[in-house]
Amino acid sequence: MSPVRPGYVKPLDLQQGVVDLSHGGGGRAMNQLIEEVFLRALDNPLLRQGNDGAVLPLVAPPGGRLVMATDAHVVSPLFFPGGDIGCLSVHGTLNDVAVMGARPLWLAAGFILEEGFPLADLRRIAASMGKAAADAGVPIVTGDTKVVEQGKGDGVFITTTGVGVVEPGVELSGDRARPGDAIVLSGTIGDHGMAIMSKREDLNFDAPIESDTAALHTLVQAMLRADADLRVVRDPTRGGLAATLNEIARQSGVGMHLEEAAITVKPAVEAACELLGLDPLYVANEGKLVAVCGEAGLPALLEAMRAHPLGAGASRIGTVVADDNQFVQMKTRFGGRRIVEWLSGEQLPRIC
Amino acid sequence: MKYVDEFRDGEVARGLASAIAREVQPGRRYHFMEFCGGHTHAMARYGVTDLLPETVRMIHGPGCPVCVLPIGRIDLGIQLALEQKVILATYADTLRVPAGGGLSLMKAKARGGDIRMVYSSADALELARKNPGRQVVFLAIGFETTTPPTALAIKVARAEGLANFSVLCNHVLTPSAITHILESPEVRKYGTVPLDGFVGPSHVSTVIGSRPFEHFAREYRKPVVIAGFEPLDVMQAVRQLVRQVNEGRAEVENEFSRAVTRDGNRKAQALVSEVFELRRSFEWRGLGEVPYSALQIRAAFAEHDAERRYGLTYKPVPDHKACECGAILRGVKRPQDCKLFATVCTPENPMGSCMVSSEGACAAHYSYGRFRDSEAKVHLAVQTA
Amino acid sequence: MCLALPARIVELREGDLGLVDLGGVRKEVSLALVSDVVVGDYVIVHVGYALSRLDPEEAERTLALFRDIEAQPEGPPPAAGEAR
Repeated sequence: MSPVRPGYVKPLDLQQGVVDLSHGGGGRAMNQLIEEVFLRALDNPLLRQGNDGAVLPLVAPPGGRLVMATDAHVVSPLFFPGGDIGCLSVHGTLNDVAVMGARPLWLAAGFILEEGFPLADLRRIAASMGKAAADAGVPIVTGDTKVVEQGKGDGVFITTTGVGVVEPGVELSGDRARPGDAIVLSGTIGDHGMAIMSKREDLNFDAPIESDTAALHTLVQAMLRADADLRVVRDPTRGGLAATLNEIARQSGVGMHLEEAAITVKPAVEAACELLGLDPLYVANEGKLVAVCGEAGLPALLEAMRAHPLGAGASRIGTVVADDNQFVQMKTRFGGRRIVEWLSGEQLPRIC
Repeated sequence: MKYVDEFRDGEVARGLASAIAREVQPGRRYHFMEFCGGHTHAMARYGVTDLLPETVRMIHGPGCPVCVLPIGRIDLGIQLALEQKVILATYADTLRVPAGGGLSLMKAKARGGDIRMVYSSADALELARKNPGRQVVFLAIGFETTTPPTALAIKVARAEGLANFSVLCNHVLTPSAITHILESPEVRKYGTVPLDGFVGPSHVSTVIGSRPFEHFAREYRKPVVIAGFEPLDVMQAVRQLVRQVNEGRAEVENEFSRAVTRDGNRKAQALVSEVFELRRSFEWRGLGEVPYSALQIRAAFAEHDAERRYGLTYKPVPDHKACECGAILRGVKRPQDCKLFATVCTPENPMGSCMVSSEGACAAHYSYGRFRDSEAKVHLAVQTA
Repeated sequence: MCLALPARIVELREGDLGLVDLGGVRKEVSLALVSDVVVGDYVIVHVGYALSRLDPEEAERTLALFRDIEAQPEGPPPAAGEAR
């Protein structure tokens, strides 16, 4: 019998090639895409198994609980100063798991690719995800790929889901803020949103602003270890610090008093906001935390945060107060007061 | 940011606040209208009211071009986008204004209208250059500050032969609005709205100069202090107004002398007169028809006038019956006096002109100041680590 | 009225354009509405157009006015006998 020679499979053209509909078809082409792009970048034993689902050990300690979080990423442009949709999708979900007080263990990633999307860009994105996951010590253990017709997707959409474990006794929730508690912010606000804005073609300005996208789980773990009566932790993403503080105020049925002077904004971010008529309080962040702790725990919390590279700029920005109207009030740098209202839609640049 | 940060200094503000407190005469009340929406916004955002004496009341004027843009004019824009399938270029401010039929420019975009946000009239021109097969209409709004950029765009379009570019012009004039307020019965006849003076607009004045305001000082015996855009400018202007009132003077003073001269920007003014002419009358949302208060494109530039090109007819759309914007714009009522305020009418769901833009009196009060209305005043006691 | 900011001209460009800097952020704007501006000048920018040149001396004078609580603003001097 003549030996059957293995069929020749031409490798993907990762320089000039593009995604086509066959890559989502579930057949050999899709497998090739997964093998040559995703596995190469995200490689780990669980993912290599290549099954429909990853089988994971039950690792929660007695009394511990699981946390699951999911996030879809549709950012445009896909590549921006300081990051890209790849690392953003890893950081975003890691952070959602982390702010519940959980140690993230595994991630899953789903891709919706648009027909015609350059493979070179896809490879860049996958590599970025692989690095972000590896740096965080959290593998992407399972995934999915679909391809939609040209015009029906914005290049690529990524959905990530994360699973983590919360130790017994850890309770972080938006409804736990009480009058008298301290409100802490981990660093400068507005960086991510303005980095994205600076790349919008229709706005056309040049600014040395980088996204602050980062995985915050080790910072949260350090904060938990500080034993500082930590009650709420949240990352102020879309809608900015204003949205997050208002959410917490509403969930807890309290008000807040803030000091604008304690909230820091990088000079270029401030200038870019001025130029467009935006308020940094409402601009998205992807590497910052807001925390609420008992007043007595504040010194320990600040010390723990400032010892961590992502919390070096941590400071107290205000206090939780009793208020039936649940207003988030702020004393401005100028000396007068205002409220920080909860904006409905996205802020748009204004001329007036 | 140079020439910005120094004008927001909190320590200087405290000094100015004491100075004003010393100058107000005991037992006397002062009512000043800040015409410009930008000033309304700056005051709300920095909480300037907290630094002014209780006897000084600021009335918010109609100087917000988005607020006074009638629903019917936005409908024309929506019509052009949905029916004539033009590329409608607009400033972001106008996108969310609710218009007729439950639509807004943003909602019309969701329905397939090719509506694009631009930062500048130059961007709208670029759209016309990049899309030679499509018609591009620029929805122009604004007072005298924003008018020269539109004029320039029309001239450039003419020079380049950009036949697919036209403008839907909604430019309005500041002095006419001020006259309208001063002529209103509450101010002139009944005296129910005591109006002691005006904080004049900052950037409008860089273009038109301080001279046009001398008319108000003379004819109506009201002091005008043209103020810069920053909160310290506004406070200094209030201080100068208080002083004028105390001394019985009615003059035009220029606090924004770093950018405003008596003559203004002659180059920009000439450009505007070349391209635009006065409309006999124009509807201002909340104020009704105001004579000689707005501009239209001259016949010489007809090919770039969207109203002529598309034979547009304006259909007025009334506001909600319970909306008090008209009274609020004239200073007769405050936002919190309106039944709809913060109940049905919010920035997410604006019922009238004052809530529509972040500079409108109601929007500013809702977004920054309404905590002052609540009965329980929680004492501010914040420490910083 | 209307959002406008003082920005420093860092480069003059062809076609009546200029590159301005505001706190480290740079944008190309039109200089067609102003005359005789040079690199280093500050201009007031609105919707992508410079509308006027900022006078640094007047700016200093205004700042001094804020700080000087006894200062007399622009305008005719007080009449004789008026308390000041």
